[in-house]
Amino acid sequence: MAVAELSQQGIIARKPRSLLSDSVNRLKKNKLAMVSMMFLLLMVLAAFPFASLFTSGDFAKQDLMANSALPQWVESTAIGRVVFSIIMPNNYENYVRYSDQFPLGADDLGRDLWTRTIYGARISLSIAVVASTVSLIIGTIYGLISGYIGGTVDNVMMRVVDFLYGFPFIVVVILLQTYFKALAKHGAEGSIGQVMVNLNNAMGGMFFLFIAIGLINWLGMARIARGQALSIRKKEYVDAAKAVGAVDTRIIFRHILPNILGPLIVMETLQIPGYIFLEAFLSFIGLGVNPPTPSWGIMISEAAPAVRSYPNQLLPPALALTFTTLAFNFLGDGLRDAFDPKMKE
Amino acid sequence: MSDNNKAETLMKIKDLKMYFPITQGIIIQKHVGDIKAVDGLSFDIQRGETLGLVGESGCGKSTTGRAILQLYKPTAGSVIFEGEDITTIRGESLRKMRRRMQMIFQDPYASLNPRMTVGNIVAEPLEVHKIGGNAKERREKVKDLLNVVGLNPYFINRYPHEFSGGQRQRIGVARALALNPDFIVCDEPISALDVSIQAQVINLLEDLQQEFGLTYLFIAHDLSVVRHISDRIAVMYLGKIVELTDRYTLYANPLHPYTQALLSAVPIPDPVADAKRQRVILEGDVPSPANPPKGCNFCTRCPKAFDPCFETEPEFKEHEPGHWAACHLYQA
Repeated sequence: MAVAELSQQGIIARKPRSLLSDSVNRLKKNKLAMVSMMFLLLMVLAAFPFASLFTSGDFAKQDLMANSALPQWVESTAIGRVVFSIIMPNNYENYVRYSDQFPLGADDLGRDLWTRTIYGARISLSIAVVASTVSLIIGTIYGLISGYIGGTVDNVMMRVVDFLYGFPFIVVVILLQTYFKALAKHGAEGSIGQVMVNLNNAMGGMFFLFIAIGLINWLGMARIARGQALSIRKKEYVDAAKAVGAVDTRIIFRHILPNILGPLIVMETLQIPGYIFLEAFLSFIGLGVNPPTPSWGIMISEAAPAVRSYPNQLLPPALALTFTTLAFNFLGDGLRDAFDPKMKE
Repeated sequence: MSDNNKAETLMKIKDLKMYFPITQGIIIQKHVGDIKAVDGLSFDIQRGETLGLVGESGCGKSTTGRAILQLYKPTAGSVIFEGEDITTIRGESLRKMRRRMQMIFQDPYASLNPRMTVGNIVAEPLEVHKIGGNAKERREKVKDLLNVVGLNPYFINRYPHEFSGGQRQRIGVARALALNPDFIVCDEPISALDVSIQAQVINLLEDLQQEFGLTYLFIAHDLSVVRHISDRIAVMYLGKIVELTDRYTLYANPLHPYTQALLSAVPIPDPVADAKRQRVILEGDVPSPANPPKGCNFCTRCPKAFDPCFETEPEFKEHEPGHWAACHLYQA
């Protein structure tokens, strides 16, 4: 047989390649996606394990004598003077003060902007991870069940999603916050509400954000997962599994899930910038994390009133937000190209 | 197969109907009609034979195959497999019954899960029915199966996209063989393949039939292939069988006008003979299976149609021993 000859010659002796390994190889060739991935990895390392190494480590410490101070290097180096003459108002040298404690200057309460920006990444990255995981898990399971069973069940499950979509998001978040806070105030010691509020306070206000964002964002994922499941369950290999006598759970987990997971992960990655913006937005309007926990949204909202006099306070959180969301977008684009079989060379 | 085995009926299909409902409305779905994909089929399948099922696209061939295997729940009728009506059984006992009946699919590119290795695909039937011993023994069994269908067992860790169409179809055959079935529905197993590969797969199927004593329901639209592989041939038109007989009689003496038209469309590899012969050219399109014509289903296109054809449905009768047809021309 020709096959045997070829295998003896070593022509077909290469390693088997799964669709996944093909995708990973394609991703590796995408420079922008790889750079974004490195950037995000560095960001995670900087924000979590090593945050205290190259910052002052105390994002809440105030030095009111140095409020709104510019870093010393602006005054002492030529490049500092040139850069700040561009971003600051013309007469800024008349009213600013300088301090050598802060690499990027201080905010209006005399807190280190550099430290706060780095620690602020914790919130954004946690939101990115938690919100996307929650929405991926809930949305995928819900959509899979709905799409696989089909018929009336599908109809009812999707109308529930439509119904939840109809709620104005901000109102839900406000209600949630008020509800849990009321529970904590009037509820019995050790009640669920109080436990949740305590947990929320311990996390600097992140817990309710997780719940609020998680509660809403699985809806879109459920619709996508349902659409994918609908298309996969008509494939002949699903019929083949049925003909063999496979039970529904086996078909769902062995045949449908692995084939829809790729597109779902891509979609989820592309939604992460949205989650980060949402957190920033909620913090900006005062529904997000509790002060003094730094978050890029809160920092932007604190810097905004004084933007005419101190635009430099706006830049660190705004740039961090921009680059992080851009990186997630590029990574998501790269993943989509890598996982889309039609893009295969 | 020996002759006394041939006489044994493996499967008896009685008045099999498969209707797909047409519904209207978004929330409250109103049943407004049916697509009569399969509309009252009755035939027997003998143990060890190959029954060919031919007909043009959309006439219900594949639906018949799937309804027999209970991949679709038939609307009416019965499928009696070794004395048991499998349309009435459900759940675990149906799952057990599936070990005896398997299917080879039309499109080798769609019938293999792209995220599973060949080893896992072929081992799946064994895993599902918890047979074939432990994981290691199953792997050996899978390698044997790959050998049987002419694939190098070395391929066991490969993924489907690393194979050609013919190789993939062999994987599909190996999967169907894994449970040692008695009966296999071959749903146009070669129509997605290259002509040069078609012969290989056909020969493989024939060899396997010899070796394992398999019974095939062979669905196809290629008449020369069906003639080559089948013992008996059933011709379908718009959800009904119009003629059923052994392959020699069908080609030598076709009774039904539709069969005659179908056979006259087969190209003859001889330009002189091809130019001389009388072609029966059918006019018009196949009517919609949602709204079949009154009387005989073929009356709208039949060159020999006369009054009764537009009034009453012809009976599916045995006109000569073993030669069945549904046509008013022979009813008297």
